[in-house]
Amino acid sequence: MFYREAGDFKISYQQDSQTFPIRFDRYRYYVVLAVAFGVVPFLINDYWANAILLPFLIYAIAAIGLNILTGYCGQVSLGTGGFMAVGAYACYKLMTAFPDVSMFIHVILAGGITAIVGVLFGLPSLRIKGFYLAVATLAAQFFLVWLFNRVPWFYNYSASGQINSPERDVFGIIITGPNAPAWATYLFCLIFLSVCALIARNLTRGTIGRSWMAIRDMDIAAEIIGVNPLKAKLTAFAVSSFFVGISGALFFAIYLGAVEVGEVFGIQKSFLVLFMVIIGGLGSIFGSFAGAAFLVLLPVVLKVLGADMLGWPTDIVAHLQLVIVGALIILFLILEPHGLAQLWRVAKEKLRLWPFPH
Amino acid sequence: MKTKLTTLALGAVMAAGPAMADLVFPSLSYRTGPYAAGGIPFADGYADYFTLLNERDGGIGGVMTSVPECETGYNTEKGVECYEATKGEGALVYQPLSTGITYQLIPKATADDIPIHSMGYGRTSAKNGDVFSHVFNYPANYWDGASGAVNYLLDENGGDLNGKKIALVYHNSAYGKEPIRTLEELSEKHGFELVALPVDHPGQEQKSQWLQIRRDKPDYVLMWGWGVMNQVAVQEAANIRFPMENFIGIWWSGAEHDVTPAGDAANGYKALTFHNVGTDFPVFDDIQKYVVDTGKAAGAGDQVGTVLYNRGLYAAMLAAEAAKKAQEIHGTAEITPAQMRDGMEALEITEAKMAELGLPNFGPTFSVNCQNHGGDALVGVTQWDAASKTWSMISDFKPTDGDVIGPLIDADSSAYAGENNISPNC
Repeated sequence: MFYREAGDFKISYQQDSQTFPIRFDRYRYYVVLAVAFGVVPFLINDYWANAILLPFLIYAIAAIGLNILTGYCGQVSLGTGGFMAVGAYACYKLMTAFPDVSMFIHVILAGGITAIVGVLFGLPSLRIKGFYLAVATLAAQFFLVWLFNRVPWFYNYSASGQINSPERDVFGIIITGPNAPAWATYLFCLIFLSVCALIARNLTRGTIGRSWMAIRDMDIAAEIIGVNPLKAKLTAFAVSSFFVGISGALFFAIYLGAVEVGEVFGIQKSFLVLFMVIIGGLGSIFGSFAGAAFLVLLPVVLKVLGADMLGWPTDIVAHLQLVIVGALIILFLILEPHGLAQLWRVAKEKLRLWPFPH
Repeated sequence: MKTKLTTLALGAVMAAGPAMADLVFPSLSYRTGPYAAGGIPFADGYADYFTLLNERDGGIGGVMTSVPECETGYNTEKGVECYEATKGEGALVYQPLSTGITYQLIPKATADDIPIHSMGYGRTSAKNGDVFSHVFNYPANYWDGASGAVNYLLDENGGDLNGKKIALVYHNSAYGKEPIRTLEELSEKHGFELVALPVDHPGQEQKSQWLQIRRDKPDYVLMWGWGVMNQVAVQEAANIRFPMENFIGIWWSGAEHDVTPAGDAANGYKALTFHNVGTDFPVFDDIQKYVVDTGKAAGAGDQVGTVLYNRGLYAAMLAAEAAKKAQEIHGTAEITPAQMRDGMEALEITEAKMAELGLPNFGPTFSVNCQNHGGDALVGVTQWDAASKTWSMISDFKPTDGDVIGPLIDADSSAYAGENNISPNC
């Protein structure tokens, strides 16, 4: 009834190729943006920021990054945790070396440095594919974590090997450290997420995105029709690592404030982001959001329900959580292999015909 | 996005829980994961002592205590979530039992004006109360542990460690790296050679480290391990027939569950400690009477009297004493976290006080003041007897090398103060 194309006339090419061609979709998108930017910052408190919204925003950026590489270009990567660590340590070194430079610039530079590292570790993808590439990126994961543990220069020779984010501001508003207000940290991450999602969405609709998808669907055929695999694969690694690096920098500087590489950016982080992408939907920007929201919120909701409301012992709840998350992942893979994004697409198809399906 | 908003509304309802009038001592415990074996007895001891106070004395100064538990799984992200979830309930003091989470909470809790007690873990230089106004690590810290172990070895060797070789097997994390700096200084001072061998999380893979020990033949092995790493290390040491009496763990590597898997081979293994072991104290009769027999024991109730249970009990006792002190200073029974901090800073544990609490000679005597948040740094040594399956103290609480540790603490804390623009607190 509300959700349909009828009556929504396009009179220019721009209108025809916009991201949300259906009017209802477009308004919904504006409303979500308006609420996220205009309403949430006034309601947010420390708990909401630190326990739910910041991890969601930051994981969503990481999931978008991995989705570009795995979902759009078909290159399986298990090195996400390592690349996030590169972003975090790059941000730390930049923050401590240039305290007067704006955090926006540091985070973007950290993303750039991660992109370079990502391209280096993407080089093997030109020769190897599939599981073998996964193992090569796994090597990147372990090597990078080992490197940041091993070389004291990366953590400024501190006794414990931890990195701590000092207090920095953006336009006079404190953005890192314990005195940063919740709304400021939230907005800072939200800006990055919005811009990243916008860039990713438009990249994937353009020439580069089409060449990535051509490589994903059949690399030999893509090569024959004129897609340069070197360029396509390495740009995918660069763009993906750029986003993952940004998420790592935010994860360290804004969200946690103190990081120990082995614990925070270990292999389990790579798997977590991969699960987000798989559950959310491979090859979908919305899927990255949905997957991140699902895996960030589910443990918190289960904990609140089980431990706080029902008063169960905390260890039972923690174990149940593992069981439920595991079961849901398997259920999703069996019932909806294309993830939450596909559910969303099906729902939209149904809505177009509602209330008069044939 | 829509699901996010729904849960946003759902959670807003939940976050606005009832305001409690109790004295709240949140327990950031971990009863799951690779470190659960250590987390469970500590959490049980911590909760049981407060249950005892409620049942026997009617709380602290007439106000009941409550110990909300939050499962962290030794994971920093969950630790942050737990901190944010419990701080609104009027939490008086945080004891996260994890060096990683402590590092997270130091700046956050300081900004929120809530004290942290990282008893025998966390950031060592937090001993300097001038810089770390809200962090306490009495009665002993890692650098005291390192020095205590070396002092014990000095005693064993007639005061001379020249030319000896000491290996350090450590958990490759902030926790395990802490003692290295002190041990390096001490090796220079006493002329022994230090070999550092990192073990990665969670610590099940130690074959290569112990192969190296077998090849290098160090005279002594020190260990900074936690969780499953301890059991594996003791077993590996037994496998290469390393003499157990030359193998000394930090206090986090010296509980029953660390040595029992290796059976008789673990006999003679030593560990440092800053509190006494066993159940030979009057307070345990009360715990049996008021807590265990009434069915109010935390967890499965089977941990009473183990090393880490006693440590949890000791932590709770120190927290309760600090709360009493705070009530005394501020003349109010319902104290705030800021007042609790003042109580911790004025805490004094004497032999008479411990005897009065039913814990004679349970821990070292010490006092805290504004500059010194770490107590008097007395460290004892315990040894495992595999036949009777008991730990026993073989060296009483003895002073550590303040000449070496003092300057290191000053250097590290002033670096932190410089990085974070902290002005002296005292």
